[in-house]
Amino acid sequence: MTGPTPPSLLSPSSPGAHPASSDSSLSGSTIRRTLELGFRRVRIELLALVRNPLAVVFTLAFPLVMLGIFGSVFSGAVAPGVSFTEYFTAGMIASGAFYAGFQNLGIAVPLERDNGSLKRLRGTPMPPAAYFVGKTGMVLVVYMAQVAILIGLGSALFGLHPPASLGRWVTFAWVSLLGLAACSLSGLALSGLIRRSEAAAAIVSPIVVVLQFVSGVYFQYNLLPGWMRSVGSFFPLRWLALGMRSVFLPAGFARLEPGGGGWQHGTTALVLLGWAVAALAVASWRFRWFREQRS
Amino acid sequence: MEAGIGVETVVAASSVPDTGTVTNCVIDVSGLTKRYGTLWALSGVDLKVQAGECIALLGPNGAGKTTTVEILEGYRRATAGSVAVLGEDPNRAGPDWRSRIGIVLQDATDQGQLTVTEVVRHFATYYPNRREPDEVIEAVGLSGKRRSRVASLSGGQRRRLDVALGIIGRPELLFLDEPTTGFDPEARRQFWDLAAGLRRDGTTVVLTTHYLDEAEHLADRVAVVAGGCLVADDTPAGLRQGPTTVTWRDRQGKVCRSETTAPTRLVSELAATFGGEVPELAVQRPTLESAYLRLLAAHGGAAKDVAA
Repeated sequence: MTGPTPPSLLSPSSPGAHPASSDSSLSGSTIRRTLELGFRRVRIELLALVRNPLAVVFTLAFPLVMLGIFGSVFSGAVAPGVSFTEYFTAGMIASGAFYAGFQNLGIAVPLERDNGSLKRLRGTPMPPAAYFVGKTGMVLVVYMAQVAILIGLGSALFGLHPPASLGRWVTFAWVSLLGLAACSLSGLALSGLIRRSEAAAAIVSPIVVVLQFVSGVYFQYNLLPGWMRSVGSFFPLRWLALGMRSVFLPAGFARLEPGGGGWQHGTTALVLLGWAVAALAVASWRFRWFREQRS
Repeated sequence: MEAGIGVETVVAASSVPDTGTVTNCVIDVSGLTKRYGTLWALSGVDLKVQAGECIALLGPNGAGKTTTVEILEGYRRATAGSVAVLGEDPNRAGPDWRSRIGIVLQDATDQGQLTVTEVVRHFATYYPNRREPDEVIEAVGLSGKRRSRVASLSGGQRRRLDVALGIIGRPELLFLDEPTTGFDPEARRQFWDLAAGLRRDGTTVVLTTHYLDEAEHLADRVAVVAGGCLVADDTPAGLRQGPTTVTWRDRQGKVCRSETTAPTRLVSELAATFGGEVPELAVQRPTLESAYLRLLAAHGGAAKDVAA
């Protein structure tokens, strides 16, 4: 006897070869398995993100650069007791959800479809939902990092007041979550409509910039021309920005908001939810795990 | 390093069929038809693959090879016909089924920011009956590149990583889509050794390739797809059947050529005629390549290749 045969590396379907690992098999709760792999994907997504200098610049550093430029150039007040930088920081936090959700997914998902990433995943036993759990987690972490930096920098340099009451934090939480849902799902829906990943950045980035202008991020919303406000009101960013102003600006500022003078939380929630639902419908209709090729 | 994987116990291989309580037919396809709009990519393909077999799918680009494989892998839905892979319809199969197959994609460039170890370890977590990531990395010959970013790998190293990800889940059925395209001859030999090791362990392999020597070396059976139809399904030796070509130079200096099923008789007649050495005598058995090209010519596949 020469002792036990070493475990065969490449022998297929040898039951009992890995009793420990086959226990955590697919027969376990599907939801638990989806979440477990989803969390692993969050880690992988973040790892890939922080190692990609372009992605870090686009999603994390860009809002800070804009804050730095605008905060240094414009120093006036938009209303008694409200500086432009304070107003602008609230708008950039709203934009943060837009960068983390819409821009991030709108550019990354077509790329992952074209480079075989999604096709590879679809060929594994990973539950497809785990991929979306991974993206959701990654978007949340990126958003929270952005917000933490923006609130920190805004409070230190630009006169921003972090929410002082529980009510405002609650508002911040639901506006953030609904906003992230609307923006991420819109990004996912758009990714399904973009045929070639090379074009993704050229399609997504202008949408982001234009919406920031018509939604009152770069300029005061109440001073925009009526038609521009009407255009902006169709899209989630305008409502997200309004919601963030209700969190970070004094209550009195609500008087200046067009549309009845108030924070309009009900309308904000409805519009963001509506966008989330509609975008989810488009995304599930258009999402593809690999590039369609016809010869 | 590749030599290590080939050394497997015969016991492991021979015990495989015993564990299968279901049919030994790993792939059972009949009347497979696929239409893209007005284009009939596949019209009525029948194919059976037994457990432990290695089948090579050959055919010109656009002949329906990739479509066939993508239907078997569960990526595409057949327009008509019945498809059973490991006893299930791939298009409806779930994670349990996917844990039993391995797919080596043709031209993926994903996961560039991660290291080899990170990617292989991560994909291992998807599979219940996974192999040891470090051993798989060694088996495909990437030990020296463990900590390298995937984006920095050469084309051949990248394909080895694809193979590692294809076998990390200990698949019963492995799809290899043009696995050695862009390999230098030595890397191709090493890959063949790796594939042979997998074969010895009883893994069923579906290989698509443009290299006839690769098909001849690895496959038990060769299926030729042309114009959306299966035009041949035989062993490499069976496909090579046909007349032997004998060439020589006659007394006038003209090159003569004869296709015969009795080359020995022809050669001895020639020897008698020339009374000794026959000038520039060559006897050539049909190669897989000549058999393949003849098949394509007969089925108009070569013309289609040019059109595609």
